[in-house]
Amino acid sequence: MYLLIGCSLTLALGFLAAFIWSVKSGQMDDDYTPGVRILFEDNPTTDESKKDNQ
Amino acid sequence: MPNKKVIAGIKCYHCGDHAGNFPINFDNKHFCCTGCRGVYEILADNNLCDYYTLDSNPGLSLKNPVSRVKFNYLDDEQIQKQLIDYRDEKISKVTFHIPSMHCSSCIWLLESLYKLEKGILFNRVDFLKKQLSVSFDHHKLSLRKLVEMLSSLGYEPALNLSNLDEAKRKDNGRRLLYQIGVAGFCFGNIMLISFPEYFGLDRFSQQSFSRIFGFLNMALALPVFLYSARDYFIAAFKSLRKGVINIDFPLALGILVMFVRSSYEVISHTGIGFFDTLAGLVFFLLIGKWVQNRTFETLSFERDYKSYFPVAVSVLKDNLETTLPVTKLKIGDRIIIHNNEIIPADSILLGGEALIDFSFVTGESLPVSKVFGEIIYAGGRQVGGTLELEVSKSVSQSYLTQLWNSEHFAKENKSSIKTFQSVVSKYFTIVLLCIAFTAALYWFIKDPSLSSNAFTAVLIIACPCALALSSPFALGNSLRMLSRSKFYLKSPGYIEHMAKIDSVVFDKTGTITQAAGSTIYYEGAELSTQQKLEFYSLCSNSVHPLSKKIANFLGSDSLKKISVHDFKEITGRGIEGIVNGISLRAGSHVFIDGMYLKPEADLLLSYVYLSYNNKTIGNFCIKHAYRDGLKPVLHKMGINRKLSLLSGDRDAERSNLKQFFPETGEMLFNQSPADKMLFIDTQKLNGFKVAMIGDGLNDAGALKVADLGICVTENTAHFSPASDVIMDAAVFEKLPDFFNYAKDTVKVIRISFVISLLYNVIGLSFAVKGVLSPVMAAILMPLSSISVILFTTAATYLYAIKNKII
Repeated sequence: MYLLIGCSLTLALGFLAAFIWSVKSGQMDDDYTPGVRILFEDNPTTDESKKDNQ
Repeated sequence: MPNKKVIAGIKCYHCGDHAGNFPINFDNKHFCCTGCRGVYEILADNNLCDYYTLDSNPGLSLKNPVSRVKFNYLDDEQIQKQLIDYRDEKISKVTFHIPSMHCSSCIWLLESLYKLEKGILFNRVDFLKKQLSVSFDHHKLSLRKLVEMLSSLGYEPALNLSNLDEAKRKDNGRRLLYQIGVAGFCFGNIMLISFPEYFGLDRFSQQSFSRIFGFLNMALALPVFLYSARDYFIAAFKSLRKGVINIDFPLALGILVMFVRSSYEVISHTGIGFFDTLAGLVFFLLIGKWVQNRTFETLSFERDYKSYFPVAVSVLKDNLETTLPVTKLKIGDRIIIHNNEIIPADSILLGGEALIDFSFVTGESLPVSKVFGEIIYAGGRQVGGTLELEVSKSVSQSYLTQLWNSEHFAKENKSSIKTFQSVVSKYFTIVLLCIAFTAALYWFIKDPSLSSNAFTAVLIIACPCALALSSPFALGNSLRMLSRSKFYLKSPGYIEHMAKIDSVVFDKTGTITQAAGSTIYYEGAELSTQQKLEFYSLCSNSVHPLSKKIANFLGSDSLKKISVHDFKEITGRGIEGIVNGISLRAGSHVFIDGMYLKPEADLLLSYVYLSYNNKTIGNFCIKHAYRDGLKPVLHKMGINRKLSLLSGDRDAERSNLKQFFPETGEMLFNQSPADKMLFIDTQKLNGFKVAMIGDGLNDAGALKVADLGICVTENTAHFSPASDVIMDAAVFEKLPDFFNYAKDTVKVIRISFVISLLYNVIGLSFAVKGVLSPVMAAILMPLSSISVILFTTAATYLYAIKNKII
């Protein structure tokens, strides 16, 4: 029983740490632009794409 | 012109503006001006035409190309230091504020900048803040080049002095997120651990578990109490020191009492305490705060008056044009002012044709021409060619800064209107303390053991979290609704101000009349294409507003003008000149003296007659338009408010305006900005809650002193720093609806307050009896908070539909 409580608390603390880390790394600073950014197709410029293909 | 209609419908491929009668064709696409075509060429060369597929006509019109010299000041080391966030031997990092960013195509293009310019190493857009951060190799690309490139694409960064001393608010926002995270973590775990208690399970389990759970809860509640709720204690303490009781006081008191009593219960083994309620309360409160902050951030705009001044001016030293920050300008310096630049300090005209638009300062909408040796006051904007000036007063002493720095601007809390919440929370706290002490006293006499129990229970259950949440949610939500209809408030608090307004003052120019919307039409014998071109060439020689209007009507900048000989402009009469050997004249009927004479009865109309080869062939009729729906707007606004009109112009239009304005309203003409401020002040002294509606240029002072300053703007990028509200001119007709909606929002706040009071009464009835159980508190608190949040959100939404806001 004590072990289980300990486990659950450690797990929860882990999530809290993950949350704090994500805030610190700036994930919460801008929550609009990345959503748009993911929709852009990646069209490399012609000469670069040629190089990539060869 | 048989195909005129077809062409007239053509839109510029780049910016979506009407390309006019003579679009530029390039690559099978039509462009309205060479600027737009230039951007297209750059993008096409670099394979960036995806820009046009993401959003239709996403570009920004480049009809008014920016002068290159304008950015020379960016070569100044000192200015660079202020603008650049970080610099080492290889790279520089800089963050720009780009007001013209508006769609997903913009994000795409701005994030593809590195494809255009090899010197750019990394760039990223924050759309909501309209920020672009760029890391670049400053050996390959100078800051000036970077800014020039952005401007040439139509994304001119706003480089203002106010950007330079911008405080960093980022850490503050992150701290709130940490606080929410900690509170949420503790809340969840305390709830989990408290479950056995809720179901009364611990009676069957061992006693020791309940004790360990109690201590665990206390340990979990400690960070909530010490870290997450810290701001409430600080705020309550600060307001107490000022002698004011605000909503933070009962909140902090409730949290404190809750923690102390719960700790006592756990330590003395008498109970499990209210830690779950405590953590839940703080969690919900912080969420409310976060919602509020988010709303601010999305709608934040700069109010700093510094936004108006250009950062640097061109200075003439030893016949060389160099740039200098405005603050370094000294008396006697020779400065160069380009087209559309603002004159930063009072100065004497030395050269160039000065035509100064003082609408900013005096309210006169027509540009004033100045002659050699005359003093030009700060704040005027040059329209036309380049000027050479000698500074006669240093910047800080100038008239404009005096107006801006007047004491009204410095006042933080300028309004006499108190918010509902601040009024209520004062009484709420007093009543709450009375009940708590009465209950304590009552039980002290009857059964002393229950006394402290009842006292703390009252403070815990009545902790006004629902009250604290109702205002931010209701106001924040209606703020969002209003901004969806292009009515932007500076902060949610102004919605309550709007609801209480009983006197509305209108400015005339740009507010109830449309600056750009004046209509023009031609009457008389039809003009051939050749004639049109000839008159266009004639009129584009003059900078008179009417000539400009006609020139715009007849052709566009892309047309090749025919040279005009013997051009003469007779002030107040008209212009004449010889084009292709034919004598052309355009002007008033006195000037032309033709047969198309019309009595100039309607003061809203201006007539310009055309004479071709000494024969009058027709006339242009230019109508200064009032805004659409002016009459119903004024009628609705005037139902229970006093209306007044202030104008910087002559009172020629008084009779015209009389039909719009109700009898009771005042109409004052020839008002200087200072007069306007005085008028608002007198109104306020007479006990009115005054709203000033203006265009924010010449009435900035009045907008600031008013309880609510509304700035009507045709282009949201230009606004007054003094206003509390910025309103898109297109939604002027909805003005009464906005005011009604504000009233409804206040009604919603009151109802939600009653709801939260009901919960409190139920809780209190248990609390005063001294029988409040932790379970009850744990249920009542979130229930009241959630129902208040749901109610305010739904109600503000429904009222928005009712008032046709959305």
